[in-house]
Parts: sequence; C-alpha cells; structure tokens
Amino acid sequence: MVDSNVVLVGQTVAYSIYCIVILLLMGWFALRVTRAGKSKIKPALFYTFVAFLVVLGVSLHIVTYNTIPWAEMDLKRHELTADKTFNITVKNHEFILPEEKLVINIHDKVLFDVTSEDLTYGFGLFRQDNSMMFQMQVVPGHRNDILWQFNKPGVYTIRSTEYSGPKGIAMIVKDVVVVLDH
Amino acid sequence: MTFIKTFMDGEQSLFKPGSLTRMQKITLRFIVIGLVYYGFAVIEGMLMRMYEIEPFSLISENQFFAILTAHPLVGIFGSTYSIVIGAFLFLVPYLMKKPIWSVNLANWSFIMIAVGTFVFWSAGFVSHYAPLYTLYWPLPADFTQFSPVGGAIFILGLALVMVGAGFFVINIFKTITYTPEGWDKQPAGKLFKSAVGLSGFKNLFRKEKKEHLVSLPVAAIARGTVDMALNTLIILFTGILILVFMVAAIFGKDLSHTAVDALLYKNWFWWGLDLIADGLVLIFVAGTWYLLAMMLTGKKLFMQNIARAALLVELVVSWTVWSHHLLADQSQPGWLKILSGEFVTAFELITQGLAFFIVLVTLWSARPLKMTNPLKFLLGGLLGFALAVPAGIMQADVGLNRILHNTQWIIGPHVHVAILIGLTMTLYAAVYILFPIVTNGAKIYSQKLVNLHFWTHLLGGIGMGAFMGMAGLKGMLRRTLYFDGEYSLYMILAGICGALLLIGFLAFFYNIVMSVGFKGVLGIFTPSKLKTKEILPE
Repeated sequence: MVDSNVVLVGQTVAYSIYCIVILLLMGWFALRVTRAGKSKIKPALFYTFVAFLVVLGVSLHIVTYNTIPWAEMDLKRHELTADKTFNITVKNHEFILPEEKLVINIHDKVLFDVTSEDLTYGFGLFRQDNSMMFQMQVVPGHRNDILWQFNKPGVYTIRSTEYSGPKGIAMIVKDVVVVLDH
Repeated sequence: MTFIKTFMDGEQSLFKPGSLTRMQKITLRFIVIGLVYYGFAVIEGMLMRMYEIEPFSLISENQFFAILTAHPLVGIFGSTYSIVIGAFLFLVPYLMKKPIWSVNLANWSFIMIAVGTFVFWSAGFVSHYAPLYTLYWPLPADFTQFSPVGGAIFILGLALVMVGAGFFVINIFKTITYTPEGWDKQPAGKLFKSAVGLSGFKNLFRKEKKEHLVSLPVAAIARGTVDMALNTLIILFTGILILVFMVAAIFGKDLSHTAVDALLYKNWFWWGLDLIADGLVLIFVAGTWYLLAMMLTGKKLFMQNIARAALLVELVVSWTVWSHHLLADQSQPGWLKILSGEFVTAFELITQGLAFFIVLVTLWSARPLKMTNPLKFLLGGLLGFALAVPAGIMQADVGLNRILHNTQWIIGPHVHVAILIGLTMTLYAAVYILFPIVTNGAKIYSQKLVNLHFWTHLLGGIGMGAFMGMAGLKGMLRRTLYFDGEYSLYMILAGICGALLLIGFLAFFYNIVMSVGFKGVLGIFTPSKLKTKEILPE
C-alpha cells in the first residue's frame, strides 16, 4: 500500500500549482479589467467552464478512490480479514492498550478497534517525525475501527486527534506501535 | 484641518449623525459592533498564534482552550453576523424601495446579538468553559472539566444571539412580503415564492416564463436567510438540551450522558452548523458579489437567470452536505459519506465556481473599470474563495480526509482563507460601497490607509493560511498544543502573517474612526431625531 506521505506530497504539488495559477490569473484580471479592450464573452465559454467544474468535482473522488489504496479498503473493511486486531479502550483521557505489545509484521493488515467509555476522542498513528499516518474519530456508544496495511517498518506514536477538553492534550503514547521488517 | 478636529468631527466634518434615519443608525451600530468584535477575534487569534509558537505563563492551558472556543463564535456571530445582518436589514428595503417592516425588531436584533456575544465571551473568559464550537457530545456536559454555571451562562449568551438572528429572519421575510401603509396590496405569497426560488423553479417547466418579482440580490438574501432560520433552530434546540444537563448538575442531579446518542447528535449539530459554513455564507457571499458587480458596472449580471437558479441549487446542496464533517467517523454509514460527504459537497465547487465566473465576466464586460476600493476588495474576496473552496473539496474526500482531518490544513487553507480572505474581504467591499450611502455622504479619511489595509489583510490572510496548511501536511493537529517546538518555524511564519492581519485591521479601524469622527461614532448610538421608517432621509 502506498505510504500516506506519498499521497500528501502529491496533494501538496497539485494544490500548490493550482494556487500559483489562480493567483496569477487574478493578478492578470485585476490589471486588465482597468484597461479598455474587447469585453464580450460568449456563453459557450461559460458552459464549457460549467462542464469543466462538473468533470473536476466528480473525477477528483473517482481518481482518489482508485489511487489511494486505503479508501476502498476502509469502505469495505468489514468484508476483509485482518491479520491482527488490537482492541483499545479510551477512558478518562487515557488510552488503555492491550497487554501484549503492539508489534506488527510488515505488509500485515491490522484492525484497530477503539472504544470510548466517556467522551468523543480521536485515534491517530504518527511517525517519529510527527507526521500523521492515519486517524479516525472515537465516538462513545459506537464502533470505531480502522483497517490499515503497514508496508514500511517503523515505530509509531498513538495520539488523540480530537479535542476532548484541556486534559486531552496529554493523550499521547509515544513509540508504542512497532512494525517489523521480516 | 487639525488632527484633533478630524478625530472629533471626522473627515471634512462631513458625517452628521443628526441627519441619519433610524435604520441608518441601526445599520451603522451593527457595523461598529461587528468591527469591535472582529477586533476581539483578531486579538484572540494573535494570542493563540503566539501561544502556538511557545506557550507562555500569562495564559493557562485552560484559558487557551477557552479562547479557542470563543474565537470562532465571536468571529462568526459577534462580527460577521452583526455586519451581515446590519447590511441586509438596510439593503432589502433599500433594493425593494420600501420601508423595513419593523425598525424596533431590527434594533432588538442588534441588542440581542451584541449583548449575547458579550455574555458568552465573558462567561468563557471567566469560567474557562471550553467545549469548542463543535460541542461534541458529551463534552459540553462534562462537569469534571467545566463549571455548569459558567457553561449555562455561556449557552445563554449563544441563545440570545440566536434569538436576535431569529428576529432578523422574521424582519427580512416580513419586509419582502408586507404591504406598507398607503401602498396598494402587495402579493405576499408571490413575493415569498419569488424570493425563495419557487416561482423560478416553476419557470423551468413553463412555456411562458413569469417575471421575477424580487431582484437577484434580494433573492440571495432571502435564500441565505432560510438557512439562517434552520441553523438558528438547530443551535437553539442543542443549547436547550445542554442547558437541561447543566441545570440538573447545578441542582446536584447527574443525568446520564448516554441518554443522547453521540453520533446522532454529531449529525444533527453538523447539519445545523453546516447551514452556516456551507449554506448562508456561500449564498450570502454569492448574492453580495452579484450586487457589487452590478453596482460597480451599472450593468445586468451575466447569465443572471442561471445565477438565480444556482442560488437555489446551493440552498438545496447546503441541506445535504453535512456528512463531509463525519468522514473520519467510522460508524457513519458509508453511503452518507460518499453521497453527502463527497459528491453533494462537490456541487459547491460548481455553484461557487459559477458565481466566481459570472462576477468576473460581468466586471470584464464593463472594462475599463477604475480600481476603486470596493472593486479591489471584491477581487480579494473572489480570490479567497477560489483558494479555499478547492481546498475544502479536497479534504471532503474519503481517501484524503483520513490524513487531513483535524490537522491545521483544515483550519488554515480552507477555513481561515475562506473566512478572512473570501468572506471578510467581500464584507469590506460591501462596507466601502455602502459607506457613503449609509452615512449620507461621508468620505474615507485616508486612501493610503485603505491600501495598507488591503495589502496587509490579503498577504496576512493568505500567508497565515498557507503556513498553517504546511504544518498540517506535516501532521500538526488543530485543537491541541505542542510543547517541544515541533512546528515552531511554521507557527512563527503564521504568527508574522497574523501580525499583518492585526496591522491591517488597526489601519482600517483608525481610518473609519477618523472618517466619521469620535463624535460621529457616539452619535450613531444616540436615538435618531427622524421618526421615519424610511431607509434614507427624504
């Protein structure tokens, strides 16, 4: 499975290019609108633009669904079998982890099943450079599970990704998930 | 003219508060209070920016999160609601060339919103009540972290704002539909249908198209007001629910949190909140763009019938997009994530893109235009939404949301750029174009200060959003604190941009005070001597 960092790099490049184009376009427009010149715009250009927006809006999700590997896996996770399951409980602003260590073999699909016994929390896995691997919300009274395939060895930190009051900022369990390369 | 004289009497002593009608005064009160609360929000924002660089002892962690709770609410309700409501209470009767239905109700809207904002802000300041604007259940009723008394006062303040918003909704629809004294009977039902888009919708299936009874900007205001009515009801209902738990706690009863389903609650509350973020804001902004384009060019809007239809589509879209806020909630049904969260949300790219295109072409059709203050701020507003809406569409994607949700990306390039650049610069454009009309011919004190305001606001807002976004892509979460300098560089750069925003606001505020004078500001708050219900003096 493609690493989530690779997806973020792709997104950064695409959005940065878009921003540069739109900034230049608006700058050009601001200059030209103050000058005399041809001003008639044909309706055909408008309808072409509408069609472009429709194609762009729909194709974005189709493209990401087919290129971001966890998107399909996430929606169909209940039809898939996990290689390993970790049951985690959250209560009083603390993650209560399984007694065994959270050790994962590379390429394994792992199900994180997280239950909240009081507030709404978040559950995220972070790399050692603090970048995010993935996250989900942890809502009390509901099942909160995420299936993830680990294709790189590494050590990861669990952190709550949702605000649960000032006490929530300490909800960090450092270097607790280990992905082994064998 | 000496500095002191200008400070006291305004630029060239042109502003005469005694010449203002009751409605002009109310509009100006809304705008002054809206700007004061904008100042609150900017200062709070700067305090948080500095705290994100390095926490300092003057502010405790609890206080930080209380500020984080108050900041968006003061910004949206205290500032934006005030300016928007003030402007629209003036514009609807002005554009329809009839008196407002009730001047007193307009004044009560002002009082409720101004007082309500101060009540919830001060309750948060004193008690550190900090469940954030999202109020995820059962956090607002977690009395191990928050005082139920402070929370109850906080919720009461919000309720006052909602009542004020409710008064606005009534006043707008009554103004559109009522028959003023001495007028021929107005077709109330037909006016209402035209305003909300029902008659336009029927036109699609008629061979002979019927004329629209209300102008496009009034239709935009009416449709955004429908969303305001709905979100007011949702926020009021949620507030009452939370108050029940608070009152019980104050009297020593501990009600079970499980009586409320946290996911269902999250759905209905986001449905209501999204009617602000993805409903009335987008509709009001599009309507304001259209009005500004028509006023700046003196021409009809390009593709005006499609623009009108797009406003109706946006209204329906705004009722069905909330699920993009729940893409990270694993119990949320998958079909809702795909249909509402992704595909209906993508319609916002289309409706807002259409509005963007229509406004640019309308301006283009009248070239050469003079680069006036309203035009330059309008272009800034258009740029803001051009940057922020695609950012929002990207995060409203099942795949990308998994690595973006609750990061600084959401709140930077999407939320802050949309609000500060898209929405606020549009509002500034409206303020600049309405200023001489509402003040009976007052002049802006300094063009240099207007230019300083424009550039510092534009660069500060885009820059702050960009650096927050970069930190978000590196994993920095929103709604939390970092103590080991993990994202210091990004936060310092975002802080510098925040300082530019503050400088821009101070320049604008000083310029407005110098334009109308200190006596003029005070005069806005004294009763009008003109007893007319008319909008402008006769």
